[in-house]
Amino acid sequence: MELIDIIKQENIVYKKSKVLNDVVMHYCPGCSHGTVQKVIAELIEELDLQERAIGVAPVGCSVFIYNYIEVDWQEAAHGRAPAVATGISRLNPDKFVFTYQGDGDLASIGSGETLHACNRGENILIIFINNGIYGMTGGQMAPTTIEGMVTSTTPFGRNAELNGHPLKITELIAKLPGTSYVTRQSVHTAAAVRKCKKAIKKGIQNVLEKKGTSFVEVVSTCNSGWKMTPVAANKWMEENMFPFYPLGDLKDDIKDEPASKN
Amino acid sequence: MGELRLMKGNEVLAEAAIRCGCDGYFGYPITPQSEVMETLMASEPWNTTGMVVLQAESEVAVINMVYGAAGSGKKVMASSSGPGISLMSEGISYIAGAELPCLIVNVQRGGPGLGTIQPSQADYFQAVKGGGHGDYKMIVLAPASVQEMNDFVDLGFELAFKYRNPAMILTDGAIGQMMEKVELSDYKPRNTVDEIEKIAGNWATTGKKPGNRRNVVTSLELDSARMEENNLRFQQKYKKMEEEECRFEEILCSDAEYVIVAYGTSSRVCQKSLEIARSKGFKVGLLRPITLFPFPKKAIAKLAEKVKGFLSVEMNAGQMIEDIKMSVYEAGKNVRIEHFGRMGGIIPTPGEVVDELEQKFS
Repeated sequence: MELIDIIKQENIVYKKSKVLNDVVMHYCPGCSHGTVQKVIAELIEELDLQERAIGVAPVGCSVFIYNYIEVDWQEAAHGRAPAVATGISRLNPDKFVFTYQGDGDLASIGSGETLHACNRGENILIIFINNGIYGMTGGQMAPTTIEGMVTSTTPFGRNAELNGHPLKITELIAKLPGTSYVTRQSVHTAAAVRKCKKAIKKGIQNVLEKKGTSFVEVVSTCNSGWKMTPVAANKWMEENMFPFYPLGDLKDDIKDEPASKN
Repeated sequence: MGELRLMKGNEVLAEAAIRCGCDGYFGYPITPQSEVMETLMASEPWNTTGMVVLQAESEVAVINMVYGAAGSGKKVMASSSGPGISLMSEGISYIAGAELPCLIVNVQRGGPGLGTIQPSQADYFQAVKGGGHGDYKMIVLAPASVQEMNDFVDLGFELAFKYRNPAMILTDGAIGQMMEKVELSDYKPRNTVDEIEKIAGNWATTGKKPGNRRNVVTSLELDSARMEENNLRFQQKYKKMEEEECRFEEILCSDAEYVIVAYGTSSRVCQKSLEIARSKGFKVGLLRPITLFPFPKKAIAKLAEKVKGFLSVEMNAGQMIEDIKMSVYEAGKNVRIEHFGRMGGIIPTPGEVVDELEQKFS
């Protein structure tokens, strides 16, 4: 059988979500952003949230998410997405408000806004892309850069004595009473993508059910910043990032409650 | 006649916000304006009008909450004093860049740094020249009474929405803390969902409607040619404000040989100075700018045709005087322009102003 005979309407098993725009993503090949954003778009479509969703984009590589996912967006100042989301959510409690932030944005310049929004239990979902590096500005040390990791501002590897310790902000957030669901995921394999999608779905449902802040960290790769091929970056992440940032749920306050209709 | 009450300026800001249908207030405590949030919290407007009031973790968070709420088409305000406004300036720049309407109140105290909690007008430059980064302007209203604190909340929102631009009430600790008789505005209902859709449906994040274009609130434009187009659009808007929104008051200017220019608290002091000066045979008038941006350039230029001198009286080292000089220069006139100011939180006395007039102009 020729390939042309297989490409038929009745044989289609997978389609791009219509919430994902037909534009070329600016992300580098192998970058985790594209995968996570695809998952978010699919969930917005599956849960019929396109009219209710308001996203808050940060500063950094993540910012152009507003070009890719077809919902209303606000672009926040660097680190301030949780405050912007607070303003939207408090005055529009019927909307599904979420932020999408990188590690420099969320855990460095925006650590205050992040912790306080989570502690107040703002009814928002925070999606946190942790690739341990500032991607857009050219690969500088991030608050989550692990010890020994080479970046353009730690050319000999991060040294805790000189550069401070990597920040496990997700562990801090899990301790706050305002959060109901805090989890750490990845998207480096098909199975991981499925798990991550399930986690983000749960976060969305928590927001729809007004259960306070849900927080999904995605340990991610940055091939350009790490200066590795996509395959090597995935391997490096598994061997070096996962031992320091172990995957799984850190907090799940509502696991015993029945799942919602959504 | 509206309801009459004896109230502090700061309390009136809170009451006026509730009455004008404000959707949300975000704040952080700072002297001399903490009564604004205290009054709002005690009034519990979420039980009556549905207005949201939230104490944030910092002024940085405050202004970004304002950005988010304003970006969804709501009527939102924040208040602070100089140090807090400095922290908000990044956010104000973003709000101006994303063309969002909101009202920000600066109840000024003396600076620089932590300075003093006593009244000052040292944030004039910060308010009228931008404050944050990039080329932008705010509409700046300068109340001179507790009554104007009431009136300018509604006016500030009206102008902010008319131009989709941040508006600021620039006042100071004296008017914020002063009690005066005030006629409160009547209650106006908050905008309904349909009204917000009508006012802001083509730019605010009210949720993407099927078949409609979605809205993205942003100040980012990496294409230089398009960014310059945005800049030109902003500048046209500021020009229109200068043409249409300039407000000022002239007192005894018709026969004046010398004109004091003063706003807010210092203009109150100078009204008394006029009486003293005139009793001494000195023909002095007062021009009180009500909008500091747009600045009453034309009124100054017109006076420059006949007066012998201007005295800028400010509670700072001389900031508004630059706008007076510019107004006179642009009109091609040559008139003496002097400054008198007190700093450190000190309010000049009427007598001091008259002494200064006599020394400089006689």
